[in-house]
Amino acid sequence: MTPVPYRVRSRVTENRDSATLCLEPVGEPLPTPQPGEFMMLYAFGIGEVAISVSGDPTTTDGTVTHTIRTVGAVSRALHDAQPGTVIGMRGPLGTNWGLADAAGRDLVIVAGGVGLAPLRPVVLGVLADRDRYGRVALIAGARSRDDFLFSEELQGWALGGSIEVHVTVDVPVQGWPGEVGFVTEPLRRLPLRPDRSTAFLCGPEPMMRNAAHELLRKGLAASDIRVSLERNMQCGIGWCGHCQLGPLLLCRDGPVVGYDIASPLLRVKEL
Amino acid sequence: MKPDMGVGDLPPANRDAKTVHLASAGGTIGKMSSTVIDAAGLQQLVSTLLDRGYRVVGPTLSDNAIVLAELRSADDLPKGWGVDVGPGHYRLRRRDDDALFGHSAGPQSWKQFLHPPRQRLWSSDGAEPEEVSPYAFIGVRACDLSAIAMLNGVLGTGTHPDEGFVGRLRQIFVVAVNCTEPGGLCFCASMGTGPAVGPGYDLALTERIDGDGRRYVVDVGSDEGAAVLAELPHREADQDEIDSARSDVSEAANRMGRQMPSGDLRELLVESRESPHWEEVASRCLTCGNCTMVCPTCFCTSVEDVTDLTGEHAERWMNWASCYEFDFTFVHEGSVRQSGPSRYRHWLTHKLGTWHDQFGSTGCVGCGRCIAWCPTGIDVTEEMNTLARLADERSREEQIEETDDG
Repeated sequence: MTPVPYRVRSRVTENRDSATLCLEPVGEPLPTPQPGEFMMLYAFGIGEVAISVSGDPTTTDGTVTHTIRTVGAVSRALHDAQPGTVIGMRGPLGTNWGLADAAGRDLVIVAGGVGLAPLRPVVLGVLADRDRYGRVALIAGARSRDDFLFSEELQGWALGGSIEVHVTVDVPVQGWPGEVGFVTEPLRRLPLRPDRSTAFLCGPEPMMRNAAHELLRKGLAASDIRVSLERNMQCGIGWCGHCQLGPLLLCRDGPVVGYDIASPLLRVKEL
Repeated sequence: MKPDMGVGDLPPANRDAKTVHLASAGGTIGKMSSTVIDAAGLQQLVSTLLDRGYRVVGPTLSDNAIVLAELRSADDLPKGWGVDVGPGHYRLRRRDDDALFGHSAGPQSWKQFLHPPRQRLWSSDGAEPEEVSPYAFIGVRACDLSAIAMLNGVLGTGTHPDEGFVGRLRQIFVVAVNCTEPGGLCFCASMGTGPAVGPGYDLALTERIDGDGRRYVVDVGSDEGAAVLAELPHREADQDEIDSARSDVSEAANRMGRQMPSGDLRELLVESRESPHWEEVASRCLTCGNCTMVCPTCFCTSVEDVTDLTGEHAERWMNWASCYEFDFTFVHEGSVRQSGPSRYRHWLTHKLGTWHDQFGSTGCVGCGRCIAWCPTGIDVTEEMNTLARLADERSREEQIEETDDG
C-alpha cells in the first residue's frame, strides 16, 4: 500500500475536463503495465484513485501514461498536476484486454467518452504490429466534437487508413464531418465476421450493454466481447471489498471482464 | 507456532457450496492420546503464556457482556456466567456451575486483533508500524477458528497478502474450546464449522464439570502447544473421559439453536437475485451495519489518506467499513447500491454465496452474532429459509406451467 513516486514529465490538455500525464519514475520503476490494466494514482495528502493506463504499450523508457478526467477531489488534483509534480503510484493491477490472444482475429474497438483512454493502448499496440491482426475497426463516441480525447491522434488513425475509424457525437456543430448519434449506429452497419472477431468495449455501462447487444445480434460469442468495468476501488489489491460486482472483485477479476460473465451481472439493478 | 492456516484447513464441508451437517463432530478429540488439566492447570496455562511474552486475550466480564480483553490471569475469565441470546437480544445469565467457557459468541470476535479496526498503512515520514507482541487467544470456538481461516483466505493468501495480518496470524497461539452447549442462535453445524474445533489450534480444550470439579480434556495441535502443555500439571485422560467429552461435543451438533436450509446456498442466492423478498427484509433493515461489525469474517475497509495541518506529512489509514454505508459503492455518478434492499442483498449474498466465487469457501461460520446484534432482530437463517421456500414455490409453479403448456 506504499505509493511509489513518479514525476509528471509532460502534460497534455485533452478537453475541458481531461488531461494526459506522462509519468516517469523518480527511483525504481514499477513493472510495465499491459493494455487494460490500471494503476492506483495518489495525489499527495488528498487521496488515491484507480486509473487505467492510456499510454503506448511499446514504450520501453519506464514512463507510464494516464488520461485523467476530473470528477472529484483526487482526480482534479491529478488532472491539474503540472510537469515536475511528484505523484504516487501503485500497480500495475487488474486484468488486461488480452490483446495477444486476439492475434489473427478481426478487432472491433468501441469507446464512449473517456472510455477511449484505456483503449488507446490497444490501438497503439495494433498499429505497432499491424500484420498480426485482421480487420480492425474503431468506433469512438463523445458528447460533442470538443469532448474527444486524443483528437489529433484520432484524425491521424482515420487518415492513416490501416484501421477503420468511425466517430460519432451526441451534439453536432456546424462542419462536423462525422456521424450524429450513439456508437451503436456505426456498429450496426459495420460488416464483420462474427466467428473471427474480438470486441473491446469501454465507456458508460449503458453504452457498453447496448454495443454488446448489437454485437451479440451480429453473432459474436459473448466471450469474444470484453468490457472494462468501473466500481469504487480503494485498495486495488482485493482487501477492501468496495469493488465487488456479484462474484467478481473487479480490482482482481477485472476491470476487463468477458461479457459472458459480465452480462448477467450488469442486468441486475444495483448488484 | 501456528501451523499454516488456509482455506484448505477448513473442514471439507466448508470448501464447497453445499451445506453439510457435520458428521464428524467431535472429530478432533481422541485422535491422539488426550491429556487432562484441572483448574490449577488452566491458571498455569495463562501464566505460562504470559511468561512466554504473549499478550493473552480471552473472554472477560465487562459492560454486561462477555468481552474479549487482555487477561492478567485465568481469574479474569468469566467464571459461572452464561448468556441468553435471541434475535436482537443478548443478556448475561448466572450459571449453576463455575464453567469458564459456558457462553456462546459475544459482541466481538478475534478479527479485531488480527485485522484491527484502524491501521496505519503508510506514512510519508517513513515511520514503520509499531510492533506488537504476539497474541495468545484463549477460548477460540470452532466457528471463530474457521472465521480466522476465512479471514486468512481473504487477506493472507491472495496475490497481494496483507503483511500486517499475516505477521499477526503467524505468531498467534490458539487455545481453542470445543462447544458442548450451543447458544440459541448458533448454527455452526449447518455451516460445517463446528461444534468441534478444526485444524489451526495449538491446544484445544473441552471443559468438563462434575462432582470432581472443573477440568479440561486437552488436545494438542502443534509442537508449541505440546511444549506449553508439558509445563502444566497434567495427567493422561482415561478412555471414559475422552469418550464422554467426544459424545458431548457431537451431541451439541444436534442442539443448534438455528439451522440453514439444506441444499446449495450459493445457487439459491444466484436464483434469488431478483426475489421480491429483499424488499420485505429491507422494510425491517436499518442498514446500520451492526451485522458487519460483529461478523467475525466481514473484512471490508476504507482507505483514508490524511495530512497534518502543514500539509507536509501525509498518512494512509485503513479503517473497518461496512457495505451498508451509503457511499460504500460510490463512483462519480453516485452510489451503485443506493436502496436498502440492494445493500442487504449484497451483504447476505456475499457472505453465503459469492464468497465461494471470490475466496473458495463460505464467508459464514454460523456463530449467530449478526442475529443477536441486529437492532431489529433480522435472522439470516430465517431469511435464507424463506428464500429457499420461495425458490421452491417458484420452481413448483414453473413445473405446473410446463405441465399445463404440455
